Amino acid sequence: MRKSRTLNLGTGSFVLLGFAALFFLTTQTTSRGLSWFGPPHYEVTAKFDNIGDLKVGAPVSMSGVEIGRVVKIDFDSNEYKAVVQLRLNERYDKIPVDSDASIYTQGLLGGKFIGLTAGGADTYLKNNDHIDFTQSAFVLENLIGQVLANFTKSKADDQQNAAAPADAKSSGDSKPNADTKSKEKTK
Amino acid sequence: MFKELWESFTDALEGLGSVVHFLFRLLVHSPPALLRFSLISQQIFNSGAFSLVIIMLSGLFVGMVLGLQGFQLLQRFGSEEALGTAATIGLVKELGPVVTALLFAGRAGTALASELGLMRATDQISAMEMMAVDPIQRVVVPRFLGGVISMPLLAAIFSVIGIYGAQLVGVQIMGVDSGSFWSQMRAAVGLSDITEGIVKSIVFGIACSLIAVYQGYYATPTAEGVGRATTRTVVTSAVVILFLDYLITAAFL
Repeated sequence: MRKSRTLNLGTGSFVLLGFAALFFLTTQTTSRGLSWFGPPHYEVTAKFDNIGDLKVGAPVSMSGVEIGRVVKIDFDSNEYKAVVQLRLNERYDKIPVDSDASIYTQGLLGGKFIGLTAGGADTYLKNNDHIDFTQSAFVLENLIGQVLANFTKSKADDQQNAAAPADAKSSGDSKPNADTKSKEKTK
Repeated sequence: MFKELWESFTDALEGLGSVVHFLFRLLVHSPPALLRFSLISQQIFNSGAFSLVIIMLSGLFVGMVLGLQGFQLLQRFGSEEALGTAATIGLVKELGPVVTALLFAGRAGTALASELGLMRATDQISAMEMMAVDPIQRVVVPRFLGGVISMPLLAAIFSVIGIYGAQLVGVQIMGVDSGSFWSQMRAAVGLSDITEGIVKSIVFGIACSLIAVYQGYYATPTAEGVGRATTRTVVTSAVVILFLDYLITAAFL
C-alpha cells in the first residue's frame, strides 16, 4: 500500500508538471497570453497617428532606461488614431505632463519601442493621464517612397534646367577649357 | 543474388506487416486496459517520471546553446530581439519533440524492450498464456499506453525548460531586453506552432512505444536476442522518428 502511494504520487506530479508545461506553452508563448503581474505601476495613454508594428509588451524607455511597458493598443475610430496604453513603474513618478512620446526602432529591423522625452512642466503624470505630444513611428516604406519621389523629382528638374543652357555652355566653353588644359600640360 | 535481395525485401515487408498487425492488436486491447488505470499509471511512472531528469537537463542545455548560437547569428543583422521567437519556434516545433523522442527511445524504449524480452526469455509470457491471462492486455498494452501518454508531456517540459535556458543565456548573460524577448515571441508564435509540436510528440510517442514493445515482445528468447532487441529499438526508433518528423513538417506547411 505504502509503495503504491509513493508511486501514484510520482505519477501524479509528473503528469501535473507535464500539463503545467503545456499550459505555459499555450498561454505564455503565444499572443493569447495572460498578462503577468509586475511591480507597482500607474498607467497613462498616448494617441499616435501611426504606430507601425508596435506590439503589446514593448518597452517604454526614457534616456534609454526602461521604465515601463506597452499594455494595450486600441484604435480610436473618431479621431482615426491608435491609442496606446503605457504601464509605467511607480518608482518613476516624476515625469512632466508635457513630456513627449515617440516610437523608435531597436536596431535596423528590430521591434518598436516607445521613448519618452521629458518636458518642462512642474506637474507630473498620474494614473490615467494622457500624453499629448506624440510622434509617429518611422515607417521604412514611407521613407523609401519619399526618397524615391524626391529623387525622381530632382532628376526631372535637373533635366529641365540643363536642357537649353547646358548645350550652349558645353559647345562654347568646353573646347577652350580643354585647350588651356592641354597647354598647361605641355608647359 | 537477386533471389537474396528479393528475400530480404519480402522479409522487410513481412516485418512491417507484423508491426502494423501488432499495433491493431494493441489498439483493440486499449479500451479495456484503460479501465485498469493503475497498471498504466505505474508505466507512466516508469517511462515518464524516470525520464524527467535527463529530459530536463538536455532541455536546459539545448535551450542555452540555442540562445548562444541564435544571439551570435541575429547580432549580425542587429535584431537580437528576435532571439525569443527563434528559440521558441525551434524548440516547440522541432527540437522539443525530436530530441525528447530520441532521448525517450534511449531511456524508456530500451527499458521496455529489455524488460519484455527478458519476460519472454524467462517464459513469464508463456506462463501467463497458460493461466489464461492475455499477456498483451496485462503486460504490453499498459506499457504502450504509458509511453504514449508520457511522450507529449515530456516534450512540453523539454520545450519550456529550453525556452528558459535560451532566456537565461540571451537575457541574463548576453543582455537582450527581456520585454522584447517575450513580447516578440508572443507576437510571432501562434497556436498552430504549439499544435504542430503536440501532434509531433504524440505521433513520436506512439512510434517509439510501439517499436519498443514490438521488439521486446518478439525478441529471441536468449540473452543475445534480448540485447539485439534493445539495440534495434534505438536504431529503428531514431530512423522512424526523423522520417516521421519530415512527413509531419511537410503536412503542416
